[in-house]
Amino acid sequence: MDQDVAIETYDLVRDFKGFRAVDQVNLKVKRGTIHALIGPNGAGKTTCFNLITKFLAPTSGRIHLNGQDITRLAPASVARLGLVRSFQISATFPHLTLLENVRIALQRQLGTSFHFWRSETTLDQLNDRALAILHDVGLAGTESLVAAELPYGRKRVLEIATTLALEPEVMLLDEPMAGMGREDIGRISQLIRKAAKSRTVLMVEHNLSVVADLSDTITVLARGRVIAEGPYATVSQNPQVIEAYMGTTDPESAPAFRGAHG
Amino acid sequence: MKNYDMPIFAALIALLLVAPLAVYPVFLMKVLCFALFALAFNLLVGYVGLLSFGHAMFFGFSAYISAYTVKSWGWNPEFGILAGTAVAALLGLVAGAIAIRRQGIYFAMVTLALAQMVFFFCLQAPFTGGEDGIQGVPRRALFGILDIRSDMNFYYVVLAIFAAGFLIIYRTIHSPFGQVLKAIRENEPRAISLGYKVDQYKLLAFVLSAGLTGLAGSTKAIVFQLASLTDVTWQMSGEAVLMTLVGGMGTVFGPMVGAAIIITMQNYLAGFGEYVLVIQGVIFVITVLLFRRGVVGEIAALGARLARPREETVTSPATATH
Repeated sequence: MDQDVAIETYDLVRDFKGFRAVDQVNLKVKRGTIHALIGPNGAGKTTCFNLITKFLAPTSGRIHLNGQDITRLAPASVARLGLVRSFQISATFPHLTLLENVRIALQRQLGTSFHFWRSETTLDQLNDRALAILHDVGLAGTESLVAAELPYGRKRVLEIATTLALEPEVMLLDEPMAGMGREDIGRISQLIRKAAKSRTVLMVEHNLSVVADLSDTITVLARGRVIAEGPYATVSQNPQVIEAYMGTTDPESAPAFRGAHG
Repeated sequence: MKNYDMPIFAALIALLLVAPLAVYPVFLMKVLCFALFALAFNLLVGYVGLLSFGHAMFFGFSAYISAYTVKSWGWNPEFGILAGTAVAALLGLVAGAIAIRRQGIYFAMVTLALAQMVFFFCLQAPFTGGEDGIQGVPRRALFGILDIRSDMNFYYVVLAIFAAGFLIIYRTIHSPFGQVLKAIRENEPRAISLGYKVDQYKLLAFVLSAGLTGLAGSTKAIVFQLASLTDVTWQMSGEAVLMTLVGGMGTVFGPMVGAAIIITMQNYLAGFGEYVLVIQGVIFVITVLLFRRGVVGEIAALGARLARPREETVTSPATATH
């Protein structure tokens, strides 16, 4: 087993009633890197993501996390192994306060989550850590707000804060920039970069300037297959990638690859 | 936000302590049994987001168990009630294990189908007395010493059972477990992605709800000295839904207010005969169309609106930073 690899997939396949969404994908996510999964709409990025986090079962193929086969595990078990995901539509608990949102992630380690006879004040011991996490992501002072009252960009920040509370070894972000304004993109990029210092990040993202800016490695998917892999500079010059995005191999279009999404 | 739940509950209990001076105690006991039923139902629908349409199976079946053990086996009423509660919880474990595999309307349909199975079982099984039910259940002395033949005495026992049930539910909602339940209600996939095995939480909530419903049902059997098919019909499951919606789903006091309204209506409008059902239907439709939060929910929302101006001055510096 390769010590440097956090996630590895072997010939991952997923069929949906005759349609092959993910086709023999061999992915290798190196430990401590930010790895981006990109590709045009319908390329199978999100399916791939759901397979790795076990929210979907693969038709065939295997998934390893730190060399351990996790192909048959339940999604909650995968989360407990330190692989935690975010969602495309920012996933908060809308009617709970910000403090409670983060505390939900922290409280599992207390081992009292089934204790229906205990008072919830026993959770107050987690407040300091939850507040510290909220402070770290720039949400200090808003802990008693209800998550639904936050603007969209802040919800995403809260979601990342909740994910970070679990101190996951591997963070999977499903389109972290979807629906974000320019200012939010800057803030969340910073947050991801900071979080990635001590962990591995795999993200699906449409915003190519963000991808170029953040990722160490990029895997390009098209029609369920990997068509290119490498750092942004190499991948963006790959004619197959340009064709997948632009529908042409005309070199004149190459700059547009950057421009269209940036 | 200050929490007034416990002062309100204390005031309510104080009121209920003197209530039998003015109101017929059997009627009050009926209200309390149904209030507990609705509260237990609300634990599931209001705090986990699971709409069960088969709660009559726990309510009615536990009534049979408590009536049968007390009448035919000569058990003391406290053991009869405990037996009914335990059997309901056990039935909840089986029904829950099957039903929580599905969500939304499918969950409701599975619970309804299971409840119908229990209904036909109760209709056919020899020990339930078929159409007649189990009648003339004796009210033996509680714990062998406390005479409960007088309605006035038994009323205070029922009040104590109700208060205990309420406090169990209240604590459950406000426990570490309750926090996870709310998280599941709010966003199930997210709760899974944080490492919670949500099925186990749902199942425990289901069992608690079934058990407490059983507590209500088996107490009712002793109150009326009767267990009958009425309590296992799907209409009875519907009444729990109705009471909870009218009172306020997902509120602490809503279900008991709803139960009080519905039972009062059934009692005092009994002169209208079958038309009570029509009146109930109209109220149900009006509630859903105009007061979706239910009586208690609307009052709470009004209170929150009035408290708003103060709250906004507190939060504005935070929201102004972006």
